[in-house]
Amino acid sequence: MTVWASPDQTAPAPLNGDDGSPGFGVYLHWPFCAAKCPYCDFNSHVRHAPVDQTAFAEAFLREMAHVRDLTGPREVTSIFIGGGTPSLMTPETVGTLLNAVAAHWRVPANIEVTMEANPQSADANRFAGYRTAGVNRLSLGVQALNDADLTFLGRLHDADEARAAIELARRTFPRLSFDLIYARPGQTLENWASELREAISLAADHLSLYQLTIEDGTPFKALHAAGRIAIPDGELASNLYAMTQDITSDHGLPAYEISNHAVPGAQSRHNLTYWRYGDYAGIGPGAHGRFAVGEAVEKHVTITERHPETWLERVRRHGHGIAETETLDRMAQADEMLMMGLRLTEGVDLARHEALGGRTIDGQALQAMIDLGMVERVGNARIRATARGRIVLDSVIAELAQ
Amino acid sequence: MIRTGGALPLGMRPRRRPSIAIPLSRQGVRPYISAMTKTPRSHIRNFSIVAHIDHGKSTLADRLIQMTGSLEEREMKDQVLDAMDIERERGITIKANTVRLEYDAADGEHYVLNLIDTPGHVDFAYEVSRSLAACEGSLLVVDASQGVEAQTLANVYQAIDNDHEIVTVLNKVDLPAADIDRVKAQVEEVIGLDASDAVEISAKTGQGIDQVLEAIVTRLPAPPEGEGAEPLKALLVDSWYDAYLGVVVLVRIIDGRMKRGQTIRMIGTDARYQVDRVGVLTPKLVTVPELGPGEIGVFTASIKEVADTRVGDTITEDKRPTAVALPGFKPAQPVVFCGLFPVDAADFEDLRAAIGKLRLNDASFSYEMETSAALGFGFRCGFLGLLHLEIIQERLAREFDLDLIATAPSVVYRMTLTDGTVTELHNPADMPDVVKIATIEEPWIKATIMTPDDYLGAILQLCQERRGIQTDLAYVGSRAMVTYELPLNEVVFDFYDRLKSISKGYASFDYQIDGYREGDLVRMSILVNEEPVDALSMLVHRSAAEKRGRVMCEKLKDLIPRHMFKIPIQAAIGGKVIARETISAMRKDVTAKCYGGDVTRKRKLLEKQKEGKKKMRQFGRVEIPQEAFIQVLKVDG
Ligand SMILES: Nc1nc2c(ncn2[C@@H]2O[C@H](COP(=O)(O)OP(=O)(O)OP(=O)(O)O)[C@@H](O)[C@H]2O)c(=O)[nH]1
Ligand SMILES: C[S@@+](CC[C@H](N)C(=O)[O-])C[C@H]1O[C@@H](n2cnc3c(N)ncnc32)[C@H](O)[C@@H]1O
Ligand code: SF4
Ligand SMILES: [Mg+2]
Repeated sequence: MTVWASPDQTAPAPLNGDDGSPGFGVYLHWPFCAAKCPYCDFNSHVRHAPVDQTAFAEAFLREMAHVRDLTGPREVTSIFIGGGTPSLMTPETVGTLLNAVAAHWRVPANIEVTMEANPQSADANRFAGYRTAGVNRLSLGVQALNDADLTFLGRLHDADEARAAIELARRTFPRLSFDLIYARPGQTLENWASELREAISLAADHLSLYQLTIEDGTPFKALHAAGRIAIPDGELASNLYAMTQDITSDHGLPAYEISNHAVPGAQSRHNLTYWRYGDYAGIGPGAHGRFAVGEAVEKHVTITERHPETWLERVRRHGHGIAETETLDRMAQADEMLMMGLRLTEGVDLARHEALGGRTIDGQALQAMIDLGMVERVGNARIRATARGRIVLDSVIAELAQ
Repeated sequence: MIRTGGALPLGMRPRRRPSIAIPLSRQGVRPYISAMTKTPRSHIRNFSIVAHIDHGKSTLADRLIQMTGSLEEREMKDQVLDAMDIERERGITIKANTVRLEYDAADGEHYVLNLIDTPGHVDFAYEVSRSLAACEGSLLVVDASQGVEAQTLANVYQAIDNDHEIVTVLNKVDLPAADIDRVKAQVEEVIGLDASDAVEISAKTGQGIDQVLEAIVTRLPAPPEGEGAEPLKALLVDSWYDAYLGVVVLVRIIDGRMKRGQTIRMIGTDARYQVDRVGVLTPKLVTVPELGPGEIGVFTASIKEVADTRVGDTITEDKRPTAVALPGFKPAQPVVFCGLFPVDAADFEDLRAAIGKLRLNDASFSYEMETSAALGFGFRCGFLGLLHLEIIQERLAREFDLDLIATAPSVVYRMTLTDGTVTELHNPADMPDVVKIATIEEPWIKATIMTPDDYLGAILQLCQERRGIQTDLAYVGSRAMVTYELPLNEVVFDFYDRLKSISKGYASFDYQIDGYREGDLVRMSILVNEEPVDALSMLVHRSAAEKRGRVMCEKLKDLIPRHMFKIPIQAAIGGKVIARETISAMRKDVTAKCYGGDVTRKRKLLEKQKEGKKKMRQFGRVEIPQEAFIQVLKVDG
């Protein structure tokens, strides 16, 4: 039995960080998908023979024990099962993984436990099982609400299946988010506006709205390079973004991060940990972890082997699949904190940035960004990107990083 | 790395693999061979190998070295004398090289042959002229597939001026495109040499090399009898710095003998030294007891710096000086100047040290400190030409690992001020207020261009556009030879590149400085985001200013990345804007999805971006990439 089986729990836990600590999240990566989407560069693999979930679950458990030795005892503030397509796991496998987390770290009863899921009906049939296993928040990969675009995106579901999955998820889980990809080839302001309005009408308390990115090494990259697909140019992309901000905030789902929107209070605790530059353990093929040990100023990075079977083999041999580690000095951490934190509407706490980096932010660069209207101060304590700054945020960060 | 960008000057494409080579002459000193210096004058032949660039001089030198057994097979490699990295990479000779060969001729006699392999590129014409002064004869190498080219002419005329006997060698006869009869006809018609006894060879396959050796012995003269055996009189041909030996001086003995322990005097610099070592280059440095009349060899004498030696100087005995000094030659004059600045201002001292070191071995470039409002501290450097400039920049970047910004190359202007004083202007940024200037003069050149006649029209047009004045046009078969007078400042930027692309690489070009002429020159400034960038200001002819300004603005628009704000770019003369462009602000630059593991990747991207920013220079709020400074000058059309 799991420790958090309380189906009627709907009140979200306090936002980690509100008490000054950005939290400690546990991330589990399930690296398999039923088919590879042509735009996707996540660590996801298609297997034509059934995946031996028991063997993988065992390996997750062994690696978790190893990572627990590295992090030491901690209190977990959120758990996230991502992918790939975690909804290919049986509820039993999910239950095993969640129980193991609780066996290794202290896990309070009401924390956020998110799982990514795809909307195919086969996956949806397992929703109830996931809920029972302890998942209290679902993140559905809807991507589009019309069949033509879903086909273009190489998705295995159609729009009706997506609507049905949303419906079912809303009934099953206390919290629900879903993802859409926009700024697709040929998309106009008008048709995105109406699709977005429909999405808002279906949404619970959270939406992730990503502009389509052409990632290296994907089939879309090759098509794009060959001139066979064209995505909206800078002008249109920027207008689509601005419109998205307007429509979502008009409907009570303002952006709290570049691409994430929530009813205030319903933000993803787990992702906030990343953006507020908290600690997290990463378990499973291709997962990343970042955590401080004890009072040390350095942060440890763990990166596990990406290829699932190779990872499995490594865990069998060495008790873990960590292929790369890195130690982040104060300056690297300060840069990362800025890089992540400026994505948030709430911005970055300067005192914390300074404490982390051991020096103040480049005042001249900051003033230049403020003068250009890219960054603004929030009282004396914080800075944040303005609406204009957010659309060119990568350049703004490059100016401010040391 | 310095990015000079774009195409290299004519015939300059790198074609050899880089390799790290220690010049053979610097691989330590070999033991002494006593028999070597007992050669009578009659059995010495001193000659230079001259040709247009790439016609095969250095390859011919390889074969001569090989056939006379000067180097062992395992020591041989292609163009073995081209020892500098940059020579090997670009496949060109930059420094002249001397080798002493021992040859048993068909007449049964033993000869000593002193060979000097010279560079073909026009920037290093100075190397050719001093090499010629040390010899009595020349091998004129002509590529049998290409025929007579511009530097063939320039170099052979110099040899004739030095009263050289000339043996014509038609090289590359192994090539299918070789056309021996046509090229012989050219040699006769264009140069006026008898080509009936030209030696036909392939320096690549070795065909005909034996005949070259015989021709050297039978057709080139022995060194002339001097006034007698005493006292010592020698020509200072060249000098260089060797890490082990210090300054090494190459000399041609005219009269007398040079030996170890002797106290010598250099007449021009009036300096005295005691000779510590006398040697010859085989091409390894081999110590010999003495050098006799007619010989070419080297000595060391605890000389501190190459700058203490003056090429062309006369060396004599301190106690018994020679009565008559040699005429010497005019020092090499830098003709192109540019500013070199460290990208990171903190590297200035490193740059100073690096330039000082390079200068130790290349007295032909000059430098002085310069301060630029935009670029901080740096050096204004003078070069023999654009290739020389490019090579020095590249050596600084590579051998000393410096990131540099090079400003627009400029020629030396001569200004007469209203108060009558005449000054030289090496840097457009230093131009005085226009009201104080009475006249400005600029250097002109006499250019010779040889081209297949298909391209003549386009080349004439190019020369006209560059304010050229045609002085001659002649045909040799289907090849045209045209001479033009041109302002040097119209040539320094991209003339080579243009000529090469117009003629698909078939035209060749040579020039000589031809004095100063008055011109209607104005200073054009470039303003980026309303601020003048001094490193981009230049003097241009008034008639060309508007076009040049427009092209500069268009180029900068492409070279400067978009910023978060829009950036006006203007070209102006005085306060008057003559061209303008605008770089619009960037629209979107944000990573859509970023969470979890993406952080490492993103940080690496950020670090790369920061690296990239280091290659930029900040002008007010605008960052300009280093390469923009050179790229912007490559004007097409
Ligand atoms: N086919 C053929 N190629 C040759 C021959 N001689 C030289 N080459 C090639 O021509 C090119 C130029 O040869 P170099 O000996 O470097 O010419 P160079 O005259 O010394 O050139 P610079 O010193 O730069 O003026 C090289 O690629 C040689 O391999 C030849 O007889 N036949
Ligand atoms: C880990 S992924 C996938 C989760 C789940 N497997 C799915 O596809 O539904 C999380 C989200 O990133 C977004 N995404 C993935 N690749 C993208 C791309 N190239 N451009 C924009 N968004 C992308 C999608 O919205 C996706 O749902
Ligand atoms: S987008 Fe989701 S379903 Fe598609 S390949 Fe990527 S991880 Fe798998
Ligand atoms: Mg050569």
